[in-house]
Amino acid sequence: MAHAHKLEIFRGLIKFKSNTQKIWGVLIFLSIVTAIEVALGISKPHILVVNTFLGMKLLNWIFIILTLVKAYYIAWDFMHLRDEKSSLRRAIVWTPIFLVAYLIFILLFEADYIYNVFKDGYVTWNF
Amino acid sequence: MDSTVATSTEENVWGGGNRPLGASYGKLMMWFFLVSDALTFSGFLASYGFSRFKFIETWPIADEVFTHVPFFHGNFPMYYVAFMTFILIMSSVTMVLAVDAGHKMMKNKAIIYMFLTIIGGAIFVGSQAWEWATFIKGDYGAIETKGGRILQFVKADTGERAALSDFSKTLPSERVDHENKNGVWFYQGESLPSYTVNEVVEGLKSNPNILIRTETINSEGEKTLLTREESLTKIKNAELVVEGANLVRNEYGSRLFADFFFFITGFHGFHVFSGVIINIIIFFNIILGTYERRGHYEMVEKVGLYWHFVDLVWVFVFTFFYLV
Repeated sequence: MAHAHKLEIFRGLIKFKSNTQKIWGVLIFLSIVTAIEVALGISKPHILVVNTFLGMKLLNWIFIILTLVKAYYIAWDFMHLRDEKSSLRRAIVWTPIFLVAYLIFILLFEADYIYNVFKDGYVTWNF
Repeated sequence: MDSTVATSTEENVWGGGNRPLGASYGKLMMWFFLVSDALTFSGFLASYGFSRFKFIETWPIADEVFTHVPFFHGNFPMYYVAFMTFILIMSSVTMVLAVDAGHKMMKNKAIIYMFLTIIGGAIFVGSQAWEWATFIKGDYGAIETKGGRILQFVKADTGERAALSDFSKTLPSERVDHENKNGVWFYQGESLPSYTVNEVVEGLKSNPNILIRTETINSEGEKTLLTREESLTKIKNAELVVEGANLVRNEYGSRLFADFFFFITGFHGFHVFSGVIINIIIFFNIILGTYERRGHYEMVEKVGLYWHFVDLVWVFVFTFFYLV
């Protein structure tokens, strides 16, 4: 259904009159998000660096969440997933999410285990 | 002629006019490819995460590695990468506008937007080449220890990084590059760094203003700075002078860091490069009126999907390589 565009973002909070207008709107939003990321990356607020959640700095959580937000709008509006059938959308989105979540979980746990072996084991490697 | 358009009036499943999931054959195949490509990139990024978590206390800090902007001297962490990100998002926007113009059968508009997209892609690839060149060249130089760890140097009074040339002594020695004309049987030797280990060690000993910085990250999130005494003890382990980066060792820290940098940004850069090539082909097809005759511009949309995907991947590479 290529010609029927859904012209609202943020669950209908902002409605656009034409597809072109929506594209520029999304660009502005993505630029703002990137600017926030860069500003945080350069200033590195102390509170966000010191505090951690699930073993990772709050700052890094913010970066990852903002990245996923950006990915959502690129896929939904630039790649027209918003206008596709929900079955196609789900097949495309959930397959990688499921597999990647599993991969990340298993690799990072293993890496943390190896880190502890290096740290507590009787092997000197940092000299 | 065109298999992607349902010409049959019978829309039964076995009649050939069926469009599963409401998408044409070509578009569906492009999505299949993109999903598998997304899994490939995820594999790379997850293995980067693996190595990073493994060496979480000694991993290089990206802010201190990527500090250069072309034509400017000084320390500008991340500005250039942010610029590259913006360029890629911008070219994504012109791509969507080209697709939109294609839907409305506006040939001239589609040509202009495709052209802008190609320019954006070319700027990005050029920027990445420049990033690579800067990364390979290095700027301060470092010492590798017997354990394969990197020692960097800092000026004690200002806290700034010290380049090897700032303090190394020049000692008389007979180091020469092995050249073709000097050997009956010639093997290419490794090119020599600007200073020998001995020259750096002597320079450190005679210059009280220089301290060593190790790879270890302290609780403040910064690299550990050794005292003068510790520095003099540590330098006894010096084994090699490292300048710049290659696949074996690099002056920024963990060897895996440079390996992943070359591999992941290289693979992404290759995607951008091939995307630019495909965009150029489509650009000329539009000019020649191929899609005008075909009656629809779906090809632009399919290539657009690939182009946006490249942008999408960069968003993740940007986060995990430069921000986190």
